[in-house]
Amino acid sequence: MTQYILRRFVNYLVLTVIATVFSYIAASLFFYPRRRYLGINPPIPEESVDGILSAYGVNDKDPVLLRTWWWIERIIFEPLSQKLGQDLQGNWVINEIVGRAGTSLRLLLLGALLAALLGVTLGVWGAVRQYKASDQIVSYASFILISTPTFVGGVILMILATNFNQLLGFQMIRFTGSYTPGITGFFPQLWDGFVHLLLPTIALMLFGAAGYSRYQRSLMLDVLGSDFIRTARAKGATRNHALVKHGVRVALIPMSTYLAYSFGTLVAGSAFLEIIFSWEGMGKYGIVAVQTSDVNALAGNVCFTAILLLFSSTLSEVLYAALDPRVRV
Amino acid sequence: MSMNAQQPADRGADLAEDLEPTAHLIAEKADTTASQQEKAHRPISRGRLVWRRLKGKPNFYIGGAIVLAIVAFALFGDLFNIYTQGQQDSFNFNSPPSAQHYFGTDAIGVDLYASMTSALRTSLLIGFLAAPTATLVAAIMGSLAGYLGGPFEMFTNWLINLLLVLPVFYVLMIVSPAIADPSNLPGAIQWLGFMPAWGLLVIAIGLFSWMIMAQIVKNQTKSLKEREYVKAARYMGVSTPTILRRHIIPNVASLLIIDGALGVAGAILAETSLSFFGLGIQAPDVSLGTLLQDGTGAAVSRPWLFVIPASFLIALLTGVALVGDALRDAIDPTSEVNRA
Amino acid sequence: MPEPLLQVKDLTVTFPNAKGGVRAVRGVDYSVGEGEFLGIVGESGSGKSVSSLAVMGLLPSSAKITGDITFRGESLLGMSDRALSKLRGREMAMIFQDPLSALTPVYTVGQQIVEALTLHDKNVPQRSAEKRAVELLKIVGIPAAERRVKAFPHEFSGGMRQRAMIAIAIANDPALIVADEPTTALDVTIQAQILEVLQKAKEVTGAAVVLITHDLGVVAGNVDRVAVMYAGKLVEKGPVEEVFHSPRMPYTMGLLRSVPNMLTAGKERLVPLEGRPPNLANLPVGCPFADRCPAAQDRCRTTEPELLADLRDGREVACHRSDEIAAGTLKPSDIFPRPPHEERAVKDSTGLQPVVKAQDLIRHFPLYKGAVFRRVVGRVKAVDGVDFEVLPGETLGLVGESGSGKSTTALEIMELVSPQRGSLEVTGKDVGTLSRAERLAMRQDVQIVFQDPMAAVDPRMPVGDIIAEPLTVHGVPRAERDRRVVEMLELVGLDPEMTDRYPHEFSGGQRQRIGIARSLITNPKVLVLDEPVSALDVSVQAGVVNLLEDLRDRMGLSYLFVAHDLAIVREIADKIAVMYLGRIVEYGPVQEVYETPRHPYTRALMSAVPVPDPTIERARRRILLTGDLPSPTEDIPGCNFASRCPLFRMLDETRQAQCLGDDPAATVHGKSKVACHHVDEIHRLDDADISALSPIPGD
Repeated sequence: MTQYILRRFVNYLVLTVIATVFSYIAASLFFYPRRRYLGINPPIPEESVDGILSAYGVNDKDPVLLRTWWWIERIIFEPLSQKLGQDLQGNWVINEIVGRAGTSLRLLLLGALLAALLGVTLGVWGAVRQYKASDQIVSYASFILISTPTFVGGVILMILATNFNQLLGFQMIRFTGSYTPGITGFFPQLWDGFVHLLLPTIALMLFGAAGYSRYQRSLMLDVLGSDFIRTARAKGATRNHALVKHGVRVALIPMSTYLAYSFGTLVAGSAFLEIIFSWEGMGKYGIVAVQTSDVNALAGNVCFTAILLLFSSTLSEVLYAALDPRVRV
Repeated sequence: MSMNAQQPADRGADLAEDLEPTAHLIAEKADTTASQQEKAHRPISRGRLVWRRLKGKPNFYIGGAIVLAIVAFALFGDLFNIYTQGQQDSFNFNSPPSAQHYFGTDAIGVDLYASMTSALRTSLLIGFLAAPTATLVAAIMGSLAGYLGGPFEMFTNWLINLLLVLPVFYVLMIVSPAIADPSNLPGAIQWLGFMPAWGLLVIAIGLFSWMIMAQIVKNQTKSLKEREYVKAARYMGVSTPTILRRHIIPNVASLLIIDGALGVAGAILAETSLSFFGLGIQAPDVSLGTLLQDGTGAAVSRPWLFVIPASFLIALLTGVALVGDALRDAIDPTSEVNRA
Repeated sequence: MPEPLLQVKDLTVTFPNAKGGVRAVRGVDYSVGEGEFLGIVGESGSGKSVSSLAVMGLLPSSAKITGDITFRGESLLGMSDRALSKLRGREMAMIFQDPLSALTPVYTVGQQIVEALTLHDKNVPQRSAEKRAVELLKIVGIPAAERRVKAFPHEFSGGMRQRAMIAIAIANDPALIVADEPTTALDVTIQAQILEVLQKAKEVTGAAVVLITHDLGVVAGNVDRVAVMYAGKLVEKGPVEEVFHSPRMPYTMGLLRSVPNMLTAGKERLVPLEGRPPNLANLPVGCPFADRCPAAQDRCRTTEPELLADLRDGREVACHRSDEIAAGTLKPSDIFPRPPHEERAVKDSTGLQPVVKAQDLIRHFPLYKGAVFRRVVGRVKAVDGVDFEVLPGETLGLVGESGSGKSTTALEIMELVSPQRGSLEVTGKDVGTLSRAERLAMRQDVQIVFQDPMAAVDPRMPVGDIIAEPLTVHGVPRAERDRRVVEMLELVGLDPEMTDRYPHEFSGGQRQRIGIARSLITNPKVLVLDEPVSALDVSVQAGVVNLLEDLRDRMGLSYLFVAHDLAIVREIADKIAVMYLGRIVEYGPVQEVYETPRHPYTRALMSAVPVPDPTIERARRRILLTGDLPSPTEDIPGCNFASRCPLFRMLDETRQAQCLGDDPAATVHGKSKVACHHVDEIHRLDDADISALSPIPGD
């Protein structure tokens, strides 16, 4: 069992390395950081640009594979904080990641957890009440929510919150940035953090829950007609008891895999929300990296995301094995 | 394999002896055979059966109506408008929707109605081209991997698993500089530079969003490969390409149709997200993503600039999702393929 | 007469659809007394399972149920789910067909038995419930119950799962057990074990049992009374001996005459019951059987007969002509005359060149582990060294239970490539030496018919194209193909006009005929038939078996007939090879092997097959095998049947040592070859008492 999980972990680790190297190569091919230094008045001499770019290891005059090799070498030999090199602002990428990870994870983990809980609950509830009005309403609501990109949903929530604040007459829901600078004291800070977390978390939760509830509902519908539910009822369990004790338990199994597959979507969705709500998190770092052709920053970002997904995938394997005795070897 | 060759003698065939979710299906099947007996020589093809079921789904009508209305608006909406896309009305800055500017104008007097028709055309074009591209790639990769097995299947598996640690959107982000400016295309594919931005987006989305579907097609192919009629064909000496063409592809076609339909929503969403962050369609061209980006800053003060494109986007995606869902129910891969 | 335990009155079940609904059950009346054993027989779609689920209150809510069901005088219809749940499992229990899907995969067998106890008695302490679970597993004959109680369902074999199901059913000493096709998914030797366990469960609890099955043999040996169901109605009811010996409803007669019987097979032909059951969504007026009934009269087509007890002799029949039948003026042999039987001459086979000859054929499958870094962890020895030959015009029956490797053997021949070991000759040529073109040409000579008529034909191709497919490979022009298709359709008894129809418009039996037509279109010399009738209803089987016999004799075909049904093999085959775990244990002329089986496995297999005759069936003695088939990945040094062998347990130590240490080679006895060390001791099985419930030594 532990061995199985360990094997899966190693497997994902290999994938993570491949994904990171692959994106470094791709970014080196598609990004053109030299453009930043072109067309500036007075023009910067080409040798100086070469010097700057070479210092970052992103000089397009060096072959891509050579740059990739240097980058890998750096990861292996440099001290921890310098492993991923510098971004074009001159900051060490690792330091940036460390500084921003907490902000991102707070939103992502909370949103994902709530989304999974809400999604599973709604899905089960909808399946049990199949074709009833409440199921229909949840169904249509989740269709609309799935079709609402998080960045649109975030903005809609912002409009609503603004109106709500106007109604109250004071800024109860603050939604710009991840905190209000200048607040001191533990409880005020906690409350401030909570208030800032509110909207993006709701946006992420609704988006995720919509997808999960559709999937959980169809899983549940598959299980509803299965023989073992009938057996449980033949033993003397009421319909609801059989559905909850036997049905939900079995229908949760495929969900654990789906969670892993969908976590990537949530990561992207939460990155969008960071930008909408002006959070200084990893998502923003990533998108700015693309906008400024910052290869090192982007590779660092992919590496962070890949490791995050590595853990979530392994976690889902653990969950799967915990839920399904058939895979425990 | 002979390991579990022995089937219960009257497996599954017991009319109406299945339970809840399938009961209506069975009733329906019985229904079909009944009408067949009436008109003896009119074989009911599967296509007709699916169509008949589709006609019974309200989601199909609701979704279809939404999508059709939006497509019609994108194609013919300009007939009712005197402004063209990008044209500035210097007398009407920040005008809310009015009889003159149906959807209002932005800060420099650009007519939102004209922008919307143009943006929708771009987004729809990308959606309706990229999704089939991805489906095609999925069909080829999935059926080959499933039928051939061996190293090719391993390779496909690795590609699919990479997706587990690298979100597709990141891949699209990495290649996005080339979409914004084709001169960023790396040397080997520089020749793609003649393409307009939407064309490159179609390629990018098509090439990077086939994995999950390929996985499903692959599994389906593997189970079809074990089907007796495929084995029979093999034992007759029918060649592999012919088997794929004659027996495998037609039998996964229904899955592909569903995927193509749902993929349209995914492709539009991908385009919109990229453009929203300035990584896709660039000014002066417009797409739903760029309009939303422009509207976000004004969402509170001039809500129409955000709410109108957002509503269209949500309506369009919902419509596509409803049609796709109805299709899935009608074709019903689980009840038809796996339980048959 | 005391009040019956269960009384079903005028029960109807309708599944609504757009056009009014499918009437799955149309007015069924029966009653079950305390401790009685009632059998309900019917083919697929007869409504037998639906009616029993209605009794248990387990039908989906969309089903419309009318009539009345009373249990101990209490009406069950209209009872709330909560009230019914109090009865279910405590007073009435149910056993389902497929024991794999019927147990929740994520809970241990013990937990599921304990749940059955605690649902009805909240106060029972966990520890004593667990103790009781172990006891129950012991009652149903699960060895090492203390350990097995902690196992998950997937760790059990099919037979053990069904035993666990029975343990759950008897946990609360119910008064009624409904068993819905409890042995259909199991092999015959396991079926025999389960039926014995069911009998024991009945004894232990004193419960009444309602056994629902399509298998007349199973009914014959077990029940007191039998009810025959057709198109949603009971058509005949009565004590089992009387119904089997003097059926009064033509459907019952047809069914009984179409069932292959191991004791009579090969001596008389099967009587096909033509046609198919009516569509329940669109029933004709009159008797639903009229279309298939040779004795139908005008009144049969206008009014439907009621189930009546005309003669007051405890029998009820729904037939307008039951009086004539009861009086003996209308006999079964008049209604369903047996086609003339031609004794198959035992041909002189010396000097004939075999069309298929396998020598020491093996087929092992590597067993992989790991998704990304795959590695071989073992071998499944599906076929492990078999020798056989098929002579021209002859049928070799390959029989065995699931996992015996019989289908793999058949498919291995179809590959037409060098086997992993040993040699394979087809029409006199070694397939290993064939060139590509020669192999392609040879494919015309060897064709296959598959088991599952649903899966054997591509649902998206019209029948004409399906049948012509083998010809496309050999570049036959279109016009010629069309001509041949028409010929083939006529040959297998289908309407040649049907070429543009799609498979879903055909019944199972018709589809199997399509499969046969496809296999014959290239004029093959040998047909490999992989369980060609086992997925069909009994009444349909007979027609297909007769067709295969006729085709063989008319076209001089050779068959390799793979089946698990010993009666059908006896009917059609000239020689038989009995397979067990990838080996042939006994091989010889059909008559000899059936009359004097020399291998203990053959004996057990034959005694496990139920015979559709209550008198004979009750008098027969069974040799029950203990335990399950060992895994084909195991390396067994000696005889691989020793672990289950009934003879082995009677032998002295030196002889046992020989079984365990020495793999028996096939030796010639009479005209047969037998792979057993102790053929001379086989008579000891005749006077032994062997039960499925006796513990397996060493477990």
